[in-house]
Amino acid sequence: MKKLLHVLFAPGFFTNASVGHAVLVGAVVAIISGVVGVFVVIRGQSYLGHALGDFGATGASATFLFGLATLWGFLGAGVISGAGSDVLGHGHRRRGRDVTTGVIHALVMGIGALLLYFDTTMTNVTGAPETILFGSIFVFDPSLVPVVVVLGVLTLLFLLILYRPLLLSSLDADLAKARGIPVRWVSFFFMCCMAMAVAQSSLVIGALLSTALLIGPAATAVRLTKRTSLAMVWSATIGIAATWLGILLAYDSYDWPPVGRGWPVSFFVTSLILLFYLVSRFRLRHPLTVARETQTESRRKEAIRHEYSVERHS
Amino acid sequence: MSTVWNAILSPGMFSESFMINTWISGTIVAVISGIIGFFVVLRGSAFVAHALPKGGFAGAAGAALLGVNTVIGLALFSVGGALSIGWLSRRGRHDVVTALILTFLLGTGDLFLNLHDVYAPEIYSLLFGEVLGVSGVEIVDTAVLGILCVAALVILYRPLMLASVMSEGAEARGIRVRQIEMCFLVIVGLATAITVPIVGALLTFSLMIAPAAAASYVTHHPMRAVGMSVAIAVVTVWISILVSYDTGLPVGFFVAAIATAAYGLARGWRNLRSRGRLSARDRQKLSEQTS
Repeated sequence: MKKLLHVLFAPGFFTNASVGHAVLVGAVVAIISGVVGVFVVIRGQSYLGHALGDFGATGASATFLFGLATLWGFLGAGVISGAGSDVLGHGHRRRGRDVTTGVIHALVMGIGALLLYFDTTMTNVTGAPETILFGSIFVFDPSLVPVVVVLGVLTLLFLLILYRPLLLSSLDADLAKARGIPVRWVSFFFMCCMAMAVAQSSLVIGALLSTALLIGPAATAVRLTKRTSLAMVWSATIGIAATWLGILLAYDSYDWPPVGRGWPVSFFVTSLILLFYLVSRFRLRHPLTVARETQTESRRKEAIRHEYSVERHS
Repeated sequence: MSTVWNAILSPGMFSESFMINTWISGTIVAVISGIIGFFVVLRGSAFVAHALPKGGFAGAAGAALLGVNTVIGLALFSVGGALSIGWLSRRGRHDVVTALILTFLLGTGDLFLNLHDVYAPEIYSLLFGEVLGVSGVEIVDTAVLGILCVAALVILYRPLMLASVMSEGAEARGIRVRQIEMCFLVIVGLATAITVPIVGALLTFSLMIAPAAAASYVTHHPMRAVGMSVAIAVVTVWISILVSYDTGLPVGFFVAAIATAAYGLARGWRNLRSRGRLSARDRQKLSEQTS
C-alpha cells in the first residue's frame, strides 16, 4: 500500500514547500483563467488571449531592462496593446479582427526582440528568453502570492459586474445595442479583464501555460454544457485538475530518465489539457449524444438568450 | 556627402559574401511570405500563421535533442501542427484548436529543451531570427521549396479563393472546402519550415500578416493585392537588412516596425479616401436638395 502511494506521490510531495505554493497558485490561476476563458472561447477571441501573453512578455522584457517589478510590465503592456487591438479591430468581423491583432502582435513581438537583445547584451542575463517564454510554476517569488490572489479576485469581481451585458453582447451584438448596452465599452472592459487574467497567470506560470489554461479548459467545458455559468464551473474544475495532475507528474518525474532532471510542468499540463479536449470531442458516440451534439450550438445560443430574458424580466 | 552614403551603405554591405547570401535569402523569404500572406489575411488565419512558426520551434528543439538536422524537426512539427489544426477545426473556425495545438507543441518543445540541458542559442535564434549567416546551399533549398509552395498556391488559386470568400457557394459548386483548407494549412506549414530557419519565427509571422493586410486596404483586386503585398514585404526586408547591418540591432524589430508602419499608412490612406468620397457624395446630395 505504502509502495503504491510512493509510486503515485513521490516521497516529499506533501511536505515540499515549493510544491505547496505551486498547488495553491496553480489552483488560483486555473480558476481565474477558466472563468474568463469561457467568454474568450464564446467570443472567439482565443488569438487575442494568446497574444496578450506575448504582449505581457514584451512588457516584462522592458521592466527587466529598467529594473521595475515585472508585474507592471505584464499588466501595462497587456492593457495598452490589448486596447490597441480592440480599437483597431473594431467594426471588423472575426476574420478581420484576427488580422489586426496579428499586425499588432507582430509589432509588439518585434519590440520584444529588440528589448530582449538589450536584456541579454546589457544585463548579462542568459536565461531571459527561456524564463519569459516558458516560466516555471516551481520557481517564482512567494511574495507574489498575495498580489496574484488580489488581482485574481479583482478580475473575477470585474467579470461579475460585466457578466450580463457581456453575455448578451457576445451572443448578439445587435440585440445588445438595441437594449442600450454600450457594446464597445463592454468589449473594451472585457479585454482589460483578459489582460489582467493573462498578466497574473503568465507572471506565475509563464506565457505558455497561461494560454493553455485560458483556452483549453474553457473549450472543453463549453462542449460539456450549454449553460454559461455551469461551463465556468466545469472550466475551472478542469483547469485545476490539469494543473494539479501536471504538478504531481512533474514532481514524480524526477525519478524518470534522465534521473534527477525532472520533466517540465508545462509539458504535462498542456498535454493533459489537449487530452481532455480531445476526449470531449471524441467521446463514445452514443446515437443520442450525436443527435444532441448537432443541436448543442444553436441550443446554447437559445439557452443564453432565454437565461438572459428570464433574468431581465424577473 | 560621400560620408553620409558611407554611413547608410556601410562598406561591405554588397560585397561580403555572407551579406550577398543575406540579401538573396531575405528577398526569397519576403516573396514567399507576401504571396502566402495574401491568403492568410483573406481567410483571417493570422493565428495559424503565428502558431505554425512558433510551434515548429519545438520540432527544432526535438531534432537538436536527437542530433538530427533541425530543419527536419521543424518541418515535421509545423506540417504536423497544420494537419492537426485542419483535422480538428470545425466549419472553418480554428482559433480554439490552434491555441490548443500551439500550447501542446510549445509544451513538448519545453520538454525537449529541458532534456537537452544545453543552452542552445541557435534554437532561440530560430524564434527571433538571424538573417545574417545563411549558406549558399540553404539558399538553393529555400528557393526550390519556395517555388513548390507558390506553384501549389497557383494550382489551388481559384478553388481557394472561392472557398475563402464564399465557402457555401464553393461547396455548392462541388469544391471540397475542407480538403482545400487542409491543403492551404499544409502549404503554410511547409512555407514556415522553409522560412523559419532563415529568418526566424517572428519575422516569418510579421512578413505574412502586415504587408498583405496593408495591401488589402489599398486594392480589392486579388492579383494586384498579391503584387502589392510582395512589394511591401520585399521593400520592408531590404530596408530592415540595411538598417540592421548599420546599427547591429536585431532585424526582427525593424521588419515588424516597418511592416506595421506600411499597414498604418495604408489604413490611414484608405480612411482618408473613403471620407473624401463620402463628403463628395454628401455635397452632391446637398446640391440635389437645394436645387
